[in-house]
Amino acid sequence: MVSAKRTLSDFRVFGRGYLRNWVGLFFGLIFPVILILLFGAIFSGNSSGTILVYAQNQDDGPMSAQFLNALNSTGVLNVQSVSVSDNFTKFLADHSSPDGIIIPANFTLDYATLKSVNITVYGNPSQSTSGIVSGTVNGVANYFNLQRFNGTAIIGLIQTTVNTKQTKYVDFLIPGLIGFSILVNPMFSLVNISSEYKKTKLFKQLSLTPLTKMEWLASKVIWYIFLSTVSFLLMAAVGIFVWGAHITLTAWLIPFLVLGPTLFASMGMLVGTLTKNPDTASVIGNVISFPMMFLSGTFFPMYLYPEYLRMFAHVLPLFYITDGLNAVMVYANYSQALIDIAVVAVITVVLFVAAAKLFKWRED
Amino acid sequence: MIPVEISSIKKAYGNIKAVDGVSFSVEEGEIFALLGPNGAGKTTLIEIMEGLRKRDEGAVKVLGLDPWENGYELHRKIGVISQDFIFFDKANPREAVKYYADLFGVSVDPDDILREVLLEDSAGVLFENLSGGQKRKMGFALSLVNSPELLFLDEPTTGLDPNARRAIWDVIRGLRSKGKTVILTTHYLDEAQQLSDRVAIMNHGRIVAMGTSDEIIEAHGSGERLEIHGTEELAAYVRANTNLKVEYNGKGVISVALKEKIDALAALAAVEQSGLDWGEIQTRRDSLDDVFVKLVSGTIDEHGEIRAEQSSYDAANQRRR
Repeated sequence: MVSAKRTLSDFRVFGRGYLRNWVGLFFGLIFPVILILLFGAIFSGNSSGTILVYAQNQDDGPMSAQFLNALNSTGVLNVQSVSVSDNFTKFLADHSSPDGIIIPANFTLDYATLKSVNITVYGNPSQSTSGIVSGTVNGVANYFNLQRFNGTAIIGLIQTTVNTKQTKYVDFLIPGLIGFSILVNPMFSLVNISSEYKKTKLFKQLSLTPLTKMEWLASKVIWYIFLSTVSFLLMAAVGIFVWGAHITLTAWLIPFLVLGPTLFASMGMLVGTLTKNPDTASVIGNVISFPMMFLSGTFFPMYLYPEYLRMFAHVLPLFYITDGLNAVMVYANYSQALIDIAVVAVITVVLFVAAAKLFKWRED
Repeated sequence: MIPVEISSIKKAYGNIKAVDGVSFSVEEGEIFALLGPNGAGKTTLIEIMEGLRKRDEGAVKVLGLDPWENGYELHRKIGVISQDFIFFDKANPREAVKYYADLFGVSVDPDDILREVLLEDSAGVLFENLSGGQKRKMGFALSLVNSPELLFLDEPTTGLDPNARRAIWDVIRGLRSKGKTVILTTHYLDEAQQLSDRVAIMNHGRIVAMGTSDEIIEAHGSGERLEIHGTEELAAYVRANTNLKVEYNGKGVISVALKEKIDALAALAAVEQSGLDWGEIQTRRDSLDDVFVKLVSGTIDEHGEIRAEQSSYDAANQRRR
């Protein structure tokens, strides 16, 4: 039988202790916010969609200038001029930039006289930016070709995105980092607590009181749900107010904020219970957490991952949380969220029951 | 009801017999000490009684309950301080008592309990900042929250400085005056003697002597003897000229066993007759110390380890063999 009163008094003592520990508080609440600020700042240059591209205009006529203006006004490229006296290849290398454009010397004249002329586009095929640069240059070149013959485009494009608003990197980053903090706080804390309490015999001490294992575990889970919710609100606020993230906050998030910490608290508890000492526990905890952290779409949207890593992600519980948070916050895809919730719920129940059953107050 | 009754308890860890057939019972209101060196099996035994460890064999009844099977029920009725008492670093004694009171569902004034264990001055200090003695007192305070009639104290003063030890002793004496039954383990002889009504001396998992200090001395001591400072030659003279059992310890002390007090006169007459020099004389009995040294073959240092150094008594005994 679980007593709410005992669970609550354990919750109170544990929570108060947690709040008195500055290190825990920093990693619990401040660190995820710092990550959002940091990653947001790193990628905010890209987040408006412009790619920096260097251009050397060897032509001195008006058409080349118009062409570069047209590239700039696509909103995709941010064209920076490079002096004709520079060795262009060396310049790109010196600026660690794969993308560059050279407009040849007789561009305006050739254009006017209908003589074929080639724009050189530098790029690195393995980088997604290079494809965008050459595609954009190609598009603008076609437009100029059409114009030269006074033609109009028959096939046009209406550009839009999957969701109604334009998604930016920070929109993906926030659900990812919320997932990250849902994993990290409960998991690492419970690995540490359960192995330390076993070693220092604090569990034995607690077994001499009417507090039950289930009540103890429940109080930890409730604490980490509470902490994850506070952390979630902070991160969402920073994302929205600092980076102008377009994320949706709805009641659909609640299952993830409740199940997620429960899942990882139970997982941490299991690791601490099944290992012999705190050192081993911490190593095993890291071995489980780190791949999950990086392969569950935490820092980058999953579609950027190669196929085999995307397949592998499906065995990681965090994937379903990140995926679900993205489905709710970015795509408003609630049927996908429902599937994610179901998967997370099943894993959570299994791990919680296993943790409660396997962990022992006392030794034989 | 007899609070604690155990018989033929055995517990082994692999090949090591930690507890090897121990039986005793403890009466209501009694302070009972398990005395022995480290590794004697005291903690294993006390943990079996507390329900923290499962026995391999034997029967245990604590307050009428089987501690392992009915631990949850038993723990509501007993108080326990384990050898290495520990608590949450970031909680203070007042919060800890309040926490235990909530868990046990009792209403207590934390300050009353902290006063009882002489910790009221540090009621607001975080556990991590308490001294060793204060931590132990906090353990006491927690063990008293549920007003237990029976308390188990596992090495309550080990590692504490003399002042802290005396303070803890005062707390234990306070428990006695309230009629509580206490079982404590210790490797300090003076602690066992000062605090307990009865002592069980444990060594290698067995009880080698049990009773009040006097009973143990009576049963295992060598009885009254006359000690005379003198030479080996004098010892030989007394041995040759009386019917008494005379020992020489090699360090200038002659020991004459006294079956009756009058034997002392015969010994002294022989000494005087010998014409040899002799010094101080005294009669003495074995102390609990002497008996302990004899039973565990050594003395115990402050960390509870046996020191191989032998007493004069032991050396004499070995020569006799």
